[in-house]
Amino acid sequence: MAANSADTADAKGGLWAWINKRLPVTEFIREQLTGYYAPKNFNIWYFFGSLALVVLVLQLVTGIFLTMFYKVGETTSFDSVEYIMREVNFGWLIRYLHSTGASAFFIVVYLHMFRAFLYGSYRKPRELLWLFGMAVYLALMAEAFMGYVLPWGNMSFWGAQVIVNLFGTIPGIGPVLVEWIRGDYGIADATLNRFFALHVVAIPLGLLLLVALHLVALRRTGSNNPDGIEIKDKVGPDGKPLDGIPFHPYYTVKDVVGIAVFFILLAIIVFFVPTFGGLFLEAPNFEPANPMSTPEHIAPVWYFTPFYAILRAVPDQRMGALLMFFAVVVFLFVPWLDRSPAKSIRYKGLPSKVALTLFAVSFVVLGYLGLQPAEGLYVVLARIFAVIYFLFFILMPWYSPIGAKPVPERVVYHAH
Amino acid sequence: MRTEVRRVAWAAALLLAAVAGGSGWAAAAEEKAAADGADWQHWHVNTDVTDVASVQRGARNFVSYCLGCHSLKYERWSRLGTDLAIPGDLLQKELLPPGDKTSDYILTTMPAADSANWFGKTPPDLTLMARARGKDYLYQLWKTYYVDPTRPTGVNNLRLPAIAMPHVLSELEGLKTAVFKDVTRTEGGQTVHEQVFDHFEQAAPGRLTAAEYDGFVRDTVNFLDYVSEPTQAARRSLGVWVVLFLLLFTWLAWMMKHEYWKDVH
Repeated sequence: MAANSADTADAKGGLWAWINKRLPVTEFIREQLTGYYAPKNFNIWYFFGSLALVVLVLQLVTGIFLTMFYKVGETTSFDSVEYIMREVNFGWLIRYLHSTGASAFFIVVYLHMFRAFLYGSYRKPRELLWLFGMAVYLALMAEAFMGYVLPWGNMSFWGAQVIVNLFGTIPGIGPVLVEWIRGDYGIADATLNRFFALHVVAIPLGLLLLVALHLVALRRTGSNNPDGIEIKDKVGPDGKPLDGIPFHPYYTVKDVVGIAVFFILLAIIVFFVPTFGGLFLEAPNFEPANPMSTPEHIAPVWYFTPFYAILRAVPDQRMGALLMFFAVVVFLFVPWLDRSPAKSIRYKGLPSKVALTLFAVSFVVLGYLGLQPAEGLYVVLARIFAVIYFLFFILMPWYSPIGAKPVPERVVYHAH
Repeated sequence: MRTEVRRVAWAAALLLAAVAGGSGWAAAAEEKAAADGADWQHWHVNTDVTDVASVQRGARNFVSYCLGCHSLKYERWSRLGTDLAIPGDLLQKELLPPGDKTSDYILTTMPAADSANWFGKTPPDLTLMARARGKDYLYQLWKTYYVDPTRPTGVNNLRLPAIAMPHVLSELEGLKTAVFKDVTRTEGGQTVHEQVFDHFEQAAPGRLTAAEYDGFVRDTVNFLDYVSEPTQAARRSLGVWVVLFLLLFTWLAWMMKHEYWKDVH
């Protein structure tokens, strides 16, 4: 009696064939790694995508271990974090990796976004890729904010107070909305518990989904590159892009170098300056939450301070909150604001180069100002740089096409 | 390429030397200002948490002068004994309050309700104070008590004005008076008269000389720095090995990348 065809295949190919008959493993590797062609001219700016993925995994893994020892509750949270820092084996390492990882996530994501501005990675046909990326960024902000509340230090408490109260400026429903978010008349145990649920379950699930969509959209259009040229337009006789190389092994081995350098920098911070001079872990957060004692300056962690500076630059709180909200969502419109015939800054005109430089400077300066008390010269500077920040976006349709140079047919690449 | 690397190395070495030289000069200036206290806001404690003898003395100071009112509620006696290399019997005999086990947390016996009544507030737990306020803050606090008859405790403090804590180390330091000077300045077109601290004067001697008291405070601050993060010395020494490993790994990864990318033209 003849065996059926599946049995024959199994007998011939062994376990690997058996699995592939049932799950497209080889096919997946071919389509997504060895057969996926990426432009060969990626520069240093192209490390930050894979690094963001690495930090995401780092945060998930360290987060799982923290959850094993953390005890949510207004009388237990602070103590359990100190228990992790002192009595759990290598608990201090896990906690510092997680707290440093949060800041590292934003550094990597901001550089990743800046790369998109440099080379026009948000332009057609990558608008959805950009929008999914922005959704990841928004989810990340919510994740970071709620995570910051969990140690229940004094800055956790007062930071939550300030941020949640911003929703109170929404006309009409504001006060009711704030109460609904907090689950109490003030930031309290109920708030802490729901932030824990959102931080460890809801938002991470959403983040993973959005990151998956971001990657699927990336695979559909293919990566942009520093020249802003579509490599799919120039294919060889074998149908492969002339300026493309297989993602694996070329970019996997290259990304390993980037990841290794990143881990060196991460290790230097984690092992030698884990609070990073109060920027990554703020000093008032080593005191337990105390509704009766306000810290001298309430400042969010550095990654929110550019927006915080814009909030405080406006005398009217409602207008300030609105402008701050606008400062974040304005990124969503960039694919349609940029009208330059060239994608990459390399072939854009001088106005685009100046505008992007001014924007980057204003973002950093606003970040600095958000850490300072809102008084005197600081407020004046915050207003000036907030105006520059918004002009970058608002005037983009007019300045972006000016002075564009012709884009070459093929990417610029110098072999080492 | 190689000359470039060498140039960067030289620049880094010069920069380090400049920083070291600069801080040496700053230290000399500091010493002079420290004598009369005029420069108290710039006093740095510069302690070293790996100096175990200093941390041990600090632990002794804490138990003798602080534990009466302040707890270290996140630190166990046994942890302190292990980290500071204090043998079990010595820990039991010299440091532990009667009745406490080594596995207990370091807690004051003063009831919180009573101390709140006596001082106006319960003395805070000190485990994390060095991280929350900084080492220099604690050092400046303990060096800037001065006589002030208007305060209920008879003393005041430059670092924390209207401090609730009495000067419990006055038997060691003695008592200082603060000399203020009148300063007139114009602010927004208006003339403002202000009392600005000028310098300290020793009013009554203590059991210790100024230098001995300074050492006493530094040891105690060093101990509080240790308690605020008991793993910090281990953290730094492990970090050196982790970074060395990662450097080696990066070099190997770069060699592999270089090998593969030879094919890309």
